[in-house]
Amino acid sequence: MATIRVLSLILSVLSGVTLLWTQSGECNNGRRSGDAVDTDFSGFSVPLEHSFEVDDVPRFRLRGALQFRGGRENGVYLSQNQLSEKERSTLKDVAAVDGLYRIRVPRVSLQVDRQTERQSEGYLTTFVRACSLVESHLSDFITLHTDVSGSIIGISIVTVPGSCRGIEVEDEVDLEVFNTTISVVAPVTAPPPETAPYIERMEQEMEKKGKNPQEQKSFFAKYWMYIVPLVLFLMMSGAQDQSGGGAGGGAANGGGR
Amino acid sequence: MAWLVVRLAISVSLLYTASAVFEDQVGKFDWRQQFIGKVRFALFDTHSQASKKLLVATDKNVFASLNSRTGDLFWRHVDNTGPEGHIDALLMYGQDAVVVVGNGRLLRSWETTVGGLKWETVLDTGSFQAAALVGVQDHVKYVAVLKKSAISLHDLSSGSQIWVENLPDSDSVQYQTIYSGGDGLVFVFGVVPNSHIVIVEYKIEDGEIMNKKSVEAAWMSSLESSCTVISSGILLCVDQITQSLYTLLLQSAEQTEMRQIHLQTLDLEVASGFQPVLTSAQPNPAQPPLSEFFLQLSPDHHILLQLKDGLIVPLRDFNPSYLAAFATSGERTVAAVMSPKNDTACSINLFSADTGRRHLDTTIIYHMDPNGGKPNRLYVHAFLKKDDSVGYRVMVQTEDLTLTFLQQPGRVVWMREEALADVVTMEMVDLPFTGTQAELEGEFGKKAAIQDGLLPMVLKRLSSQFILLQAWLAHLWKLFYDARKPRSSVKNEVSIDTLSRDEFNLQKMMVMVTASGKLFGIDSKSGTILWKQYLENIQPNSVFKLIVQRTTAHFPHPPQCTLLIKNKDTGIGNLYVFNPIFGKKSQISVPALPRPVLQTLLLPVIDQDYAKVLLLIDDQYKVTAFPSTKNVLQQLQDTASSIFFYLVDTSQGKLSGFRLRKDLSTELIWEVVIPTEVQKIVAVKGKRANEHVHSQGRVMGDRSVLYKYLNPNLLAVITESTDTHQERSFVGIFLIDGVTGRIVHEAVQRKARGPVHFVHSENWVVYVYWNSKFRRNEFSVLELFEGAELYNSTVFSSLDRPHPPQVLQQSYIFPAPISTLEATLTEKGITSRHLLVGLPSGNILSLPKMFLDPRRPEVVSEQSREENLIPYAPEMPIREEWFINYNQTVSRVRGIHTAPSGLESTCLVVAYGLDIYQTRVFPSKQFDVLKDDYDYVLISSVLFGLFFATMISKRLAEVKLLNRAWR
Repeated sequence: MATIRVLSLILSVLSGVTLLWTQSGECNNGRRSGDAVDTDFSGFSVPLEHSFEVDDVPRFRLRGALQFRGGRENGVYLSQNQLSEKERSTLKDVAAVDGLYRIRVPRVSLQVDRQTERQSEGYLTTFVRACSLVESHLSDFITLHTDVSGSIIGISIVTVPGSCRGIEVEDEVDLEVFNTTISVVAPVTAPPPETAPYIERMEQEMEKKGKNPQEQKSFFAKYWMYIVPLVLFLMMSGAQDQSGGGAGGGAANGGGR
Repeated sequence: MAWLVVRLAISVSLLYTASAVFEDQVGKFDWRQQFIGKVRFALFDTHSQASKKLLVATDKNVFASLNSRTGDLFWRHVDNTGPEGHIDALLMYGQDAVVVVGNGRLLRSWETTVGGLKWETVLDTGSFQAAALVGVQDHVKYVAVLKKSAISLHDLSSGSQIWVENLPDSDSVQYQTIYSGGDGLVFVFGVVPNSHIVIVEYKIEDGEIMNKKSVEAAWMSSLESSCTVISSGILLCVDQITQSLYTLLLQSAEQTEMRQIHLQTLDLEVASGFQPVLTSAQPNPAQPPLSEFFLQLSPDHHILLQLKDGLIVPLRDFNPSYLAAFATSGERTVAAVMSPKNDTACSINLFSADTGRRHLDTTIIYHMDPNGGKPNRLYVHAFLKKDDSVGYRVMVQTEDLTLTFLQQPGRVVWMREEALADVVTMEMVDLPFTGTQAELEGEFGKKAAIQDGLLPMVLKRLSSQFILLQAWLAHLWKLFYDARKPRSSVKNEVSIDTLSRDEFNLQKMMVMVTASGKLFGIDSKSGTILWKQYLENIQPNSVFKLIVQRTTAHFPHPPQCTLLIKNKDTGIGNLYVFNPIFGKKSQISVPALPRPVLQTLLLPVIDQDYAKVLLLIDDQYKVTAFPSTKNVLQQLQDTASSIFFYLVDTSQGKLSGFRLRKDLSTELIWEVVIPTEVQKIVAVKGKRANEHVHSQGRVMGDRSVLYKYLNPNLLAVITESTDTHQERSFVGIFLIDGVTGRIVHEAVQRKARGPVHFVHSENWVVYVYWNSKFRRNEFSVLELFEGAELYNSTVFSSLDRPHPPQVLQQSYIFPAPISTLEATLTEKGITSRHLLVGLPSGNILSLPKMFLDPRRPEVVSEQSREENLIPYAPEMPIREEWFINYNQTVSRVRGIHTAPSGLESTCLVVAYGLDIYQTRVFPSKQFDVLKDDYDYVLISSVLFGLFFATMISKRLAEVKLLNRAWR
């Protein structure tokens, strides 16, 4: 009984709080630029491109490759290159003029059975302020959003911390490698009206009422042991007054009413 | 435990039972106006002399009876929208009105006095062509209905079908009209375009074809527009190309071709490009029509002609004349003709139909509204006066759907603004201050302060205070004066000159935009139309967007509203700028918009005249600013990098974000593409700009705070699946940040289908969908929270909010269909919110947001009770006390507009559809207003009593102290 209740409680909490369901978040950071990108995956890979220019005209270059493992568990793995000396200085310059750091991925479907039609034209782009990327020491969170059929519909990037305070950054140490957390988010299923647990709960309450004989009894059945003596006492006292007569009895009678 | 649940439920329900309107409050702060729409058929009840009935059928599928003395509705029947309820024909005989509905689907007869249905018959399938009353021996007994391939005759008193006959060669001949002259025969006319006319003669008794003939008419393309029957069975047609009239005797066997009469022989000519129109009169369906008829030769040229002994004789030429109509009273038929008098007025005159002679003293002067449209329909009600002369009244319908009822010598008896039956969008604008208030405002104006020195400022201050005192005294005097008068004689006439803001800003100007392109300014307190403006040349498929650029708060600058009128097909828009209080067009030069407008954006940036800047983005992503003064452009340059906007392309499922550049060009910064193969975007909504949220978080049962995720840039995107199978269809909800394009939340409601109605406000989204599996409407609520601590409590920036919010969601069953959904709005956002649900039944339900709270617990705990959370129940209750419009139902409610008032507790609500209903709602009751029945006497007597008691006891205490000191 108790375990069922606890279970239903957990269930209700789970259904009530629809947390963002994120999938695995592996990443690879310290990869040398000379290393070849792994290709021996059963899944497929998608290029992740970025652009940061002082004149703010996007010119996308390869940042890394997103590796998707096939199967039901859509694991995602990002292998990315280091920033070169020149890129680091450009990024700092862009940050100084409050420019944008943009990334993009092509529109693909993550569903394996739809590999043939996987590639559709166009890209999904997003941006973050270059200064916040610099100040966070290239630690960013990239999230890929898919629709119900598994196609990527949007990409988002945030840095932690996300603010721009104008802190000076040592480029050699902090701007070499990305510290990226990547995840794929699929839509959550919105809860329908929960009739079944409600009815169950109602039934449980009814049952509990049924099991507890105290509650089922009527008022009189519950308290007869107090009522009967009281009534008897009143009757007795009334009878005594009747027999005794006199003014005191009358007063008692009045009080009894 | 159960007891607690029950007790809690009872206490909660008690909390809300008192939210209904009291009986004596009815009509105190609410009003309703009922409309009918554009009149297609109008018939006056000429059955009896004293009858006041006017029967109308409109394009809104409304069949109604109006009181012709007042213009009020006697009764009204609102049929289904769309072609299903379309009224094809309206015929009237005596007390019966026969209506054909839904492209010949139903034949109904109504009792005209009370509007009761007498009978209804389902007709055979087939598209409707014409209907006519059929009389035999001076009595109208039947109604004939002509369909594409069949004709049927029905009894007028019972509706039973007498007979139905298939029409001969109906696949090649287009049968279009029907005629009966009361001689036991029904004629059906059909045409084979550019070849010949077919005339079929049916016997009324049994539907037997008596005669069938075809007549050569190579010039004819359509019967309906160019032919009519006059005199005792003569078909008369007119043709523009050959400039001729054609006649044909229906019942003669020998005439096999139509007789041609050149219009030239009558010295007449049809204006080029104009389709001439013939108008005849058949006063009694059981008798043949008159031999006189009108021929319209050009838009403003009519001529009254007569057919006499086979010859056509002109009786009277009306040049110029806008409209002409016949009317009958008793045995006499008259013709009313409207002719232009001068630029602003028309005169209507009465002529006897048989001679064309003008009746003396029958002129009605019709003054055209300079802000209205041209008259386009004339309905005449003729009656016999006591001295046996003919009197008449007319109803004029104009292009802007105004119905004006006039009587001699030009007195407007009533007016109806039927454009209001189709309100597209609206805004509520604060009323201006009175002169004295404005004076005070002007004193503190920035410009004045800079110009003047210290001493003039003091003097100014004193003088304005004096003016205020004067105004207050005058007000007191008026109150005293009014109090002495009996209550009924005190009238609060609202006019545009006396308009001023009331103490609590409860009275506002409702600016309404209608589909016909007419703008209205309506006083929200009384519903009086204070101004109206008809915008000509509005395409019927235009989209309107109304923007308040400057409110009344910036005296002496007048308030300013801008209406963007956009052609739905081309996307080309133009701006109309006007003053919302007086309705006058503003003199401000408006930017030309040569390219289609994709998006508009009202910025909080203001120019030196306090007008908010409106940005218009065209299809090349170029931005036009309005107003575009130097000051504005400078400000835009400074803030360009923080101005973002989004575009939605539903055909490609693409949402894209742009940032403004300093040179007013734009750059693409984000893109989200929702594949259209799976789902299509149906709606995108941001939050309302004038919304305030008072509390940053919610206090939980354990005294900790759950902070709300209040992202002002959040967009709610609703999609519907392309797969409509009931198991696989779904509704998608995407919450997207409009600046960064980040998908904040993404959810899918399975087995759901549209239409989806939703409200996006504060930190929540409420949407309604149709559950295709269980076949019911369901509500779902999403609430977003930041968690137990805020990331940055001072300012919200979409660029700097890395943690995704917690999303809570819960769904409920709603036991009724829904037409529209809106949330209440108050000044400071302290008052709890209610959802206003427009139901198809015409009621407006005020549903406490408390019931739509995803934190409603399944199992009641000490903490949830502390928080006042209602235990979860899957079904949403509907209580009759929650209907804010009690029995004042709003037909076909299409939108609800909410606006805050000066009182925090009060929200102004306007529901519009076919009707307009205005009221006030108090979601948390009137916590800042004393009740009407507040006991002032008691409280003041208690106060005074206490005061005197303290005085006396103080005195006594003093005496006692003194006495003690002496002792």
